[in-house]
Amino acid sequence: MSRELLTAKPASKLRPDLAAIAEMIPPGARVLDIGCGDGSLLEYLVRAKGVDGRGLELIQQNVNQCVARGLSVVQGDADADLNEYPSGIFDIVILSQTIQATEKPSYVLRELLRIGKRVIVSFPNFGHWKVRLSLLINGRMPVTKTLGHSWHDTPNIHLCTITDFLTLAQETGAKIEKALTLDDGNQRTRVMHPNSWGPNIFAEGAIFLLAKQ
Amino acid sequence: MSDAVHPNFWQPLKAPDENRGHALDLGPGQPLILDSGKQLSPFRIAYMTYGTLNAAKSNAVLVCHALSGDQFVASTHPVTGKPGWWSYAVGPGKALDTDRFFVICANVVGGCMGTTGPGEIDPATGEPYGLGFPIVTIRDMVRAQTMLIDALGIDQLLCVLGGSMGGMQVLQWAASYPERVYSAMPLATAARHSAQNIAFHEVGRQAIMADPDWRGGDYTLAGVRPAKGLAVARMAAHITYLSEAALQRKFGRELHDRDALSFGFDADFQIESYLRHQGMTFVDRFDANSYLYITRAMDYFDLAADYGGVLAEAFRGTKARFCLVSFTSDWLFPTSENKRIAHALNAAGANVSFVEIKSDRGHDAFLLDEPELFDTMRGFIGAAAAVKGVA
Repeated sequence: MSRELLTAKPASKLRPDLAAIAEMIPPGARVLDIGCGDGSLLEYLVRAKGVDGRGLELIQQNVNQCVARGLSVVQGDADADLNEYPSGIFDIVILSQTIQATEKPSYVLRELLRIGKRVIVSFPNFGHWKVRLSLLINGRMPVTKTLGHSWHDTPNIHLCTITDFLTLAQETGAKIEKALTLDDGNQRTRVMHPNSWGPNIFAEGAIFLLAKQ
Repeated sequence: MSDAVHPNFWQPLKAPDENRGHALDLGPGQPLILDSGKQLSPFRIAYMTYGTLNAAKSNAVLVCHALSGDQFVASTHPVTGKPGWWSYAVGPGKALDTDRFFVICANVVGGCMGTTGPGEIDPATGEPYGLGFPIVTIRDMVRAQTMLIDALGIDQLLCVLGGSMGGMQVLQWAASYPERVYSAMPLATAARHSAQNIAFHEVGRQAIMADPDWRGGDYTLAGVRPAKGLAVARMAAHITYLSEAALQRKFGRELHDRDALSFGFDADFQIESYLRHQGMTFVDRFDANSYLYITRAMDYFDLAADYGGVLAEAFRGTKARFCLVSFTSDWLFPTSENKRIAHALNAAGANVSFVEIKSDRGHDAFLLDEPELFDTMRGFIGAAAAVKGVA
């Protein structure tokens, strides 16, 4: 186990949206990955980038798996447990594909900006044209490749569009340092200009690197 | 003479005599200064080691034992002849791998397996200490362990781990000697003993003291032992180590060696006979006064109280890596108490993991064959070793 720890997985093995997030993180940074799941991203960051990595994960089974892999992960809930972290303790806090599943996205984002010097948020874009068209034509809650759940069993209780998120970021006093679009089921990333109207229609998702203003 | 490490030193309560481990004798120049303000001198620390200390002395792991445990972690118990209490987890190739790590476990101060305790002779009187033994605390136990670690020439422990009262010692180590603890693994424990837990301990102590053979603690002089009192204490305590579900699964209402109720007070039910057996075997290997002292040390434990009531302050600035583990059916040291420690460590900005393991075996689960615990141990200690650069 420990010997494996020393050999890093190549970035190419990482899901492309996670690889794009990993690229934003400087080596040796102090990182908190919220909703770290099975620890794929965290493990890569620790092994390949030598970060001081921590995870917060809701599902206990995932937590146990992460710790057995040698990662530092605590079972907890972004909606309830962020308040215990001291301010500015992390260089970067990551919230990957999770904000739409939180109960209080605005509170969570404010907390992230408090405990991290920088914050990376990625989420599916509910403003994507397929989502819009699906609702328009079928008159039913859209189920797409990136939004695979039907309305009654989805964990995504607070879906938003890229434009919605930009408004929230502005309200919480966050400055956007970098923005990427996610396409082809999170397989492809491209630099986006946050103020252009295109991404809100054509991007399936987005990644933002935020800092306090 | 001080700092002498010699084997085969003490006579157990009963028979066999192989592999009793080592002892460190600390002479008058090195008293153990206790929280009560008293001193213990001379005193002895009995301990076991497994594996080999590497040249850099960087692969040492200290295991802290629980209330009724001892230094025989992974080797046959000299009194009972049973396998070590953590044989499932510690040994060559096991979760705590003695092929890689140098594992140390010392009997706590106040104990009865060779370390100075109430059953030893008080040099001032030439008689057993009995209740003349000073009250000891978890911090005193840890302070004694630091003297052993010093004598072994180890600056920093790769990991300090233990469950229950062992976990309390781990927390105390991390709080009092942060620079000497590279990683810490408190299992099924709490940063303070709860009112309910103090209550159970008090029942046990009262049972011992109500036994006429206790003689105010001077039973050894009288040539007797408060075996009945200690057995009842153990029976009551043993219930708290299990869970309702496990009791139901193992025993239910099954009758013991009979087809019908006896309409008397015999052990009709299997659970009764099981508890009686637990009580009876315990008195063969444990000293009643030690039981009083060690339960008291746990009752007095409240780590936050030493830091202005704020637990996070106990860990402020710590660089140690922590991994906390609790078990779903443990109601003696429940998940909530373990989680409270995790929260405090987060607030202190510490590197912390927290794992809750599903088990219906209650508090005892940390001593049993729990593969998920072993995976966690292997992952956590392995990662600590990798980061510290231990081969």
